[in-house]
Amino acid sequence: MSDRFEPVIAVLCCNWCTYAGADLAGTARMKYAPNVRLLRVMCSGRIDPAFVLRAFAEGADGVLIAGCHPGDCHYINGNLKTMRRFPQLKTMLAQFGIEPARVRLEWISASEGDVFVKVANEMTGQVRALGPLNWKVRAAVEPVSGLAEHHAG
Amino acid sequence: MEPRVGVFVCHCGTNIAGVVDVARVAEAARTWANVVHAEDYKFMCSDPGQAMVKQAILRHKIDRVVVAACSPRMHEATFRKACAEAGLNPYLFEMANIREHCSWVHEDKQAATLKAIDIVRMAVAKARLLEPLETRSVKVEPKALVVGGGVAGIQAALNLANAGIKVVMVERQQSIGGRMAQLDKTFPTLDCSACILTPKMVQVAQHPNVTLYTCAEVEEVSGYVGNFDVTIRRKATYVDPDVCTACGICLEKCPKKTTSEFEEGLTTRKAVYRLFPQAVPGKPVVDRESCTYFVNGKCKVCERFCEPKAFRWDDTDKVVHERVGAILVATGYDLYDASALGQWGYGRFPDVITGIEFERLNNATGPTGGRILKKDGTEPKSVAILHCVGSRDRNYKEYCSRVCCMYSLKFAHLLREKTAATVWNFYIDMRCFGKGYEEFYNRLLHEGVKFVRGKAAYVTDQPANDDEKGRLVVSAEATTLGEVLRVPVDMVILASAVTPQPDAPAVARRFGMSLSPDGFFMEKHPKLEPFSTATDGVYLAGACQGPKDIPDAVAHGAAAASTAMALISRGEVEVEAATAQVTEGACSGCKVCQDICPYAAIGFDGPKKVATINPSLCKGCGTCVATCPSSAIVGRHFTDQQVLAQISALFAG
Ligand code: FES
Repeated sequence: MSDRFEPVIAVLCCNWCTYAGADLAGTARMKYAPNVRLLRVMCSGRIDPAFVLRAFAEGADGVLIAGCHPGDCHYINGNLKTMRRFPQLKTMLAQFGIEPARVRLEWISASEGDVFVKVANEMTGQVRALGPLNWKVRAAVEPVSGLAEHHAG
Repeated sequence: MEPRVGVFVCHCGTNIAGVVDVARVAEAARTWANVVHAEDYKFMCSDPGQAMVKQAILRHKIDRVVVAACSPRMHEATFRKACAEAGLNPYLFEMANIREHCSWVHEDKQAATLKAIDIVRMAVAKARLLEPLETRSVKVEPKALVVGGGVAGIQAALNLANAGIKVVMVERQQSIGGRMAQLDKTFPTLDCSACILTPKMVQVAQHPNVTLYTCAEVEEVSGYVGNFDVTIRRKATYVDPDVCTACGICLEKCPKKTTSEFEEGLTTRKAVYRLFPQAVPGKPVVDRESCTYFVNGKCKVCERFCEPKAFRWDDTDKVVHERVGAILVATGYDLYDASALGQWGYGRFPDVITGIEFERLNNATGPTGGRILKKDGTEPKSVAILHCVGSRDRNYKEYCSRVCCMYSLKFAHLLREKTAATVWNFYIDMRCFGKGYEEFYNRLLHEGVKFVRGKAAYVTDQPANDDEKGRLVVSAEATTLGEVLRVPVDMVILASAVTPQPDAPAVARRFGMSLSPDGFFMEKHPKLEPFSTATDGVYLAGACQGPKDIPDAVAHGAAAASTAMALISRGEVEVEAATAQVTEGACSGCKVCQDICPYAAIGFDGPKKVATINPSLCKGCGTCVATCPSSAIVGRHFTDQQVLAQISALFAG
């Protein structure tokens, strides 16, 4: 084993598109960096900004939020809600001193196994270049639902 | 009471165990809080594997089960059932995907094993917090919608209707019949396509259990398995079908001609038309786009001759609502636009034609009355058939279109039968896989057809010698000879690729389906459920799922019908139990959730000033849960606590 920094990237994704896209990458035996860990919710609309904060607080070096392409959400438009929350989330993370390149929002469909692989690899490389995050401000991120909406006022 | 978690790690033969050290995963699991039992086994989904889970549940008093194996999209249902059989609520089960997301995508065994341990630890963390959920059943509307009236849709509709199930069939065009209606002979039996299809068309249209809407499209679909609400737009046809006797006089008298889509533009049809002579239904319709009356405000010649007075110039689109239990999508395929494939000369040279145009040329009701003629009206002396035009080519479509080899052989046979032409086939491989197909190929080998193994590179009209003057020259590398050939011919037929319908993405969206990388509709499982989709109650029939020949399309349609039939005859279906629930005490009554819910499932209790969720309408997406500023909505089976525990567990290694 080399001393290369191996980042851990949490992938929060929806069941119908991105999770299935990652399944397809598997069925097609595509290979990608083993640094990503998927966490499945039914729709990307379920992804609470608090989840992202918790991931960083617990030790994630990067977080990928992924769902169906706009228009393709299995629940009509949950992903549009995700899309609207994302800029606020990024601003919030920036305020906490987390580099924007550590969090990413991607639309990956059930047929885009190759895109999943590309994003997983890209993000691993990108975050590896940034180095470990070591963000230990646990107290700041108690599980508060709908944080982003609070900020939106 | 502390939860008692059982962890079962699957080898999946060598699929997982070849990369992930499964014993080590089980060993790690044994050290985690609340894990009272962990073991690994060759095939967890097999009968003995499931029996193992069930026995362990009883023996170790396990009340939370984690199976680390393949994707939950594959076997979640299997293991939920096994849990239920051992007396455990099926929602007390969690799956850890260490195959698709781990062993199949990583080569480094050490890293893969560590990742697998992380994945299982996350699943255990969630499992500890799982709560039993009540599954609810709803009644299934005993009616099915079939979208598309090609041969697959027709077969599906007939099977359903014959089983006593009401069927609504929606067809975009004036007539049902689809692509098969355009074909002349079918391979390898050479029976006449219309002769075998038209009786089925009539059968379906006249079936007492079938309601047929032609010139119609599905506009909107809502609801869920067992209870879909479908909005259908029936286009104005300007002819009252109840009054029209289909005498056909209007077709004769209409002075306006326009290109015939059915004849692939090789000839014209009238502005009042039926798609083809044996169209079902047989009543003509007015094509508003080309009708002189609609374009210039004057004409109505047809009406003057119409004895029963069937024309209705003020006809408007009608919107129909249907409630159905199951939906069968049978929207068929399109063909690669050959003019976008410049090197083969389509569109530049009049005698370069497509396969489907050849079908019409060869058909007795077609533009030439069934004579195979060049555009100048003479018979070709030499014809080249180019296989794999746009198929099996990374520049266009990577897949094999599955029908071209066989119809190219059929064309060769028909050309030899009807003309004195020399026939050349340029192919990459001969793919003659169906019943009687290889035999047909062997037969053709003895019919004097010339076979060149090599894909045609281009077609040109630039002669290199006297022999090529005034002719089309096909250039190809004959790979068996290792030499480049130039073959002068008079006609070139392109076996252009079978493609998804151009509006497949929009249709997929409408019915909650996905597309495969090839652009066709994605099936639930490529081997075991090629006729189902990821959306319960929505099934696929025919070539909309991928290129198919007629026997395969028919079989696929019948399979989809039988699956829909199983749903309908069961009469009820379990619906999503993992819905959202409002914690009344925490709700501030801000109503933010109401606007956000895509299903209008959230109401408001005025006196109590709290949101209420109708579990029958909620589909469990969880968007309201993430949005609620008071954390007052619980997304069951994906609660905040469960997800956060999973996240924490990821880093607890
Ligand atoms: S289901 Fe994929 S984003 Fe909504």
